[in-house]
Amino acid sequence: MSKILENLRYADSHEWVKVEGEVATVGITDYAQHALGNIVYVDMPEVGDEVTAGEDFGAVESVKAASDLISPVSGEVIAINEALEDAPELVNEDAFGNWIMKVQLSDPGEVDNLLDADAYAKLTAE
Amino acid sequence: MPHTEEDIKVMLDRIGVKSIDDLYSDVPSEVIYDREYDIPSAMSEIELRKHFEELGKKNQALTIFAGGGAYDHYSPSTIGHLLARSEFYTAYTPYQPEISQGTLQYIFEYQSMITELTGMESTNASMYDGATATAEAMFMMVASAKKKNRVLISGTVADRIINVVLTYAKFHGIDVTVIPEKDGISDLDAIKKELEAGDVAGVILSTPNKYGIIEDYTGFADAIHAAKGYMAINADPSTLAVLRTPAEWNADIACGDGQTLGMPLSFGGPYLGYISCSKNMIRKMPGRVVGVTTDADGKRAFVLTLQAREQHIRREKATSNICSNQSLMALYATVYLSLMGKQGLEEVNRLSCDGAHYLCDKLVNSGKFTLAFNKPFLKEFTLRTDLDIAKINKRLLDHGIMGGLNLGNGLVSFAVTEKRTREEIDQLVTLMLED
Amino acid sequence: MKYYDKIIFELSRPGRKGYELPADTYGNDALSHLPADLMRKGQPELPEVSELDVVRHYTNLSTKNFGVDTGFYPLGSCTMKYNPKINEEVAALPQFTQIHPLQDVKSAQGALELYYNLQKALANIAGLYEFTLNPYAGAHGELTGLMIMRQYHISNGDTKRTKIIVPDSAHGTNPASAMVAGLEVVEVKSKPNGSIDVEDLKPLLDDTVAGIMMTNPNTLGMFETEIMEIAKLVHEAGGLLYYDGANLNPLLGKVRPGDMGFDIMHINLHKTFSTPHGGGGPGSGPVGVTEKLARFLPNPRVKKLDDGTFIIETGEDSLGSISTFLGNFGVMMRAYAYILTLGKENIRNVGPLATLNANYIKESLKDDYLLPIEGVCKHEFVFDGLKDKSTGVTTLNVAKRLLDYGFHAPTIYFPLLFHESMMIEPTETESLETLDEFIEVMHKVAREARETPDLVKDAPVTTIVRKLDETTAAKNPILTYSSLMGK
Repeated sequence: MSKILENLRYADSHEWVKVEGEVATVGITDYAQHALGNIVYVDMPEVGDEVTAGEDFGAVESVKAASDLISPVSGEVIAINEALEDAPELVNEDAFGNWIMKVQLSDPGEVDNLLDADAYAKLTAE
Repeated sequence: MPHTEEDIKVMLDRIGVKSIDDLYSDVPSEVIYDREYDIPSAMSEIELRKHFEELGKKNQALTIFAGGGAYDHYSPSTIGHLLARSEFYTAYTPYQPEISQGTLQYIFEYQSMITELTGMESTNASMYDGATATAEAMFMMVASAKKKNRVLISGTVADRIINVVLTYAKFHGIDVTVIPEKDGISDLDAIKKELEAGDVAGVILSTPNKYGIIEDYTGFADAIHAAKGYMAINADPSTLAVLRTPAEWNADIACGDGQTLGMPLSFGGPYLGYISCSKNMIRKMPGRVVGVTTDADGKRAFVLTLQAREQHIRREKATSNICSNQSLMALYATVYLSLMGKQGLEEVNRLSCDGAHYLCDKLVNSGKFTLAFNKPFLKEFTLRTDLDIAKINKRLLDHGIMGGLNLGNGLVSFAVTEKRTREEIDQLVTLMLED
Repeated sequence: MKYYDKIIFELSRPGRKGYELPADTYGNDALSHLPADLMRKGQPELPEVSELDVVRHYTNLSTKNFGVDTGFYPLGSCTMKYNPKINEEVAALPQFTQIHPLQDVKSAQGALELYYNLQKALANIAGLYEFTLNPYAGAHGELTGLMIMRQYHISNGDTKRTKIIVPDSAHGTNPASAMVAGLEVVEVKSKPNGSIDVEDLKPLLDDTVAGIMMTNPNTLGMFETEIMEIAKLVHEAGGLLYYDGANLNPLLGKVRPGDMGFDIMHINLHKTFSTPHGGGGPGSGPVGVTEKLARFLPNPRVKKLDDGTFIIETGEDSLGSISTFLGNFGVMMRAYAYILTLGKENIRNVGPLATLNANYIKESLKDDYLLPIEGVCKHEFVFDGLKDKSTGVTTLNVAKRLLDYGFHAPTIYFPLLFHESMMIEPTETESLETLDEFIEVMHKVAREARETPDLVKDAPVTTIVRKLDETTAAKNPILTYSSLMGK
């Protein structure tokens, strides 16, 4: 059983979002890291890139699989988690503790379209 | 096919059908082909050998003084013998590393040697040929530059390469601008002008270029990188033993054809394409890559790696659709470079370069030819003449010689390799100036 | 023999030589006079070894490999046939290997005749009008074929046809080739038996569809019995049918793709026509088309004139060029030799005997391995792992255990339709005795999985290396000797 945190919002493509003011922190869920297995590389955007909700902003790779990262929100990337460049396995160790990017939201209302913890739990139970 | 009548009966019984035709009972009868095939009757080995010998007689092995993307370098005898080991040539792609360490290790050695030559950070396990490798370099630049979709290619890159790049670009939806040459070399001012638009993902150059000229790329990388573009150089890997490397020109990608590493001309193939790149582009590099690791007992071992980039996993999200490499030709290059070593490859270039200049001087001194562009060259060079090139080449062919390539407009390009002798060059010049 | 573990660079000694070249008698020292800033700084660190070092090193490496000449390769979708030795010999004739691709066609008539005859033979075998041999491999053929498809629609002014329908069971190359050719992939679902769901296909066929990419038999080795209906539907909708020749072998001598309604196809000469796989290449992927598409084939083209001579020409309507010259000519020579050896008599038996071999293995093993789809297969079939799932032994474990017994593994975890796919293709060149040995070993592994599952999970145990650390290799890629040495 994978972990789901109560206070976050979720995309059905298995990213989590934590909103603080107009800044969203984005990562992948514990469920997603389980499904991928040993993560060997996280392809992250660059600071200053524009991301759009529903479009990919990078990818995560394990030895025998790769998965696109789909942005749950729109806005400008203001930070990326540089620790993942040298230690992508951190995502396996703690998917919620190791975020991938922080986004300055252009439309904070978008977050309301995302799933809450209960809905995401239901999705991953299927 | 080893099946005896008795075998077939045993097998049909096990399957529980009466005849082999029953195994096709699900195929609509209208598509079953029951007419005779329009191919010759079966040949025995004796007949087959004769047939190929007859065909071979209709070809003429020539003394070659042309290049144009295929060069008559020497192939040491050892290579053919090692490539004939069937453990190499009858093997499949090394997906089962435990029983493919031979293939995996030579690919690793190949990657190491090509990386030494180009000076870049890493090299993949090889591509089809130099032209398709250049097209793939274009894809890498567009994939890396994000949202930019235009690539510039210098008009001094060989036409055969530009044509393939344009075909790939047209269908993939990349906007390619060919930058016209200026006096036989790439036009930096024109490139800078195009870069100003801010939509250029990368620029493709070559060394030596289509006239054989060793171009001076001073200032190119700075201009391209300042515009946040990537720089790819198509380079003849044999010449990189002596010429300034793509890495020394600050290129992001080196690509080209490995035929010059002693591979037989073979009427155009199989040859070998290579791609080397800088560290930040490794994950955008297409094709197979071999890395070093350890096994359960701590032994050094080789394995296909970074596979998550490839088509069999990423499907339509992959940078490229390539799934094979020219593996056996990579072995060819590896054995060649092992035999030649750092000294041998330099000597190959010295003999070729000195021979080419010897030929060039003789023709220019005759007063009938001039250097088309007064620029430095290595083994290939282009002359201008008022003589009838087609007529001269016909005469040379009658003497078993392939003369220079007729580029049109009075331009003719020659290539000299270490296989040519001073006597052969003297004979060529005499025949050319016969009128 | 002692375990050999050297890398060629580790044998290097400064000043040692493995070559001899003639003396330089030109006396101009031209290389030394080239401008210094156009020259490289320092020499590349290539190995300096003797000829004997090279011979021993690569001979030792070859013994660490498994090839068709070593043993049986039941590799699904890869058609690992025996590679006849005479083909190697005729392909090495100097009258062919020494000719320059740009030399006067008058002096290359034998090579052009061979190229032309092979084009014609493939067209007849495939039931199509014309072939190009320029594509270098199967994937390259797919790309070329899809370019032809697009060029056809573009020439009709039908530019909105940018979608290609691909079954969810397709080889991964299909969608990747479509992407490179600038087509958008639309997946069509498979029915539980693996064949295309015609009802699911119908609503997809609108005026934005360029065509469909299929292989028949499909990747489960089952013949698409509704192919004629599919062809009719796609053609009526204005689309074209592309045939992925990866699975051509069972049809050889029995069914021609052109007769099933396919407009474009590629053939893998390294599968169906027995040219060696070479450890991953060079292959060759000729592309054939119907008459109305022939003018779009890539340049250059080989044609025969009325006087019986052969020429190389470039067509104006062509999609462009996809290769430097005429493709992997050396591979074509081997395929041509294979076709001549078979002749019109024996080519008839290739598909049927490949199909017989596959069905024999399938019927012999379905008591221990889970056969998800009953019925006759063609050249290959898929098991969904062991029947008994309680042991925890996976398809990967079985595959690795086979290595211990001297067999190559089957294709595993493809197609994606099942969790534990194990795809087996024996080809027609294997004898009943070899198949029986394989069947016996497969039963033995199934027995081991029940009785001593840990033994199977630990496999392989007899190979020279085992259980490689692929995670570290991918996380910190070491791709060259100098990076291994920490330079």
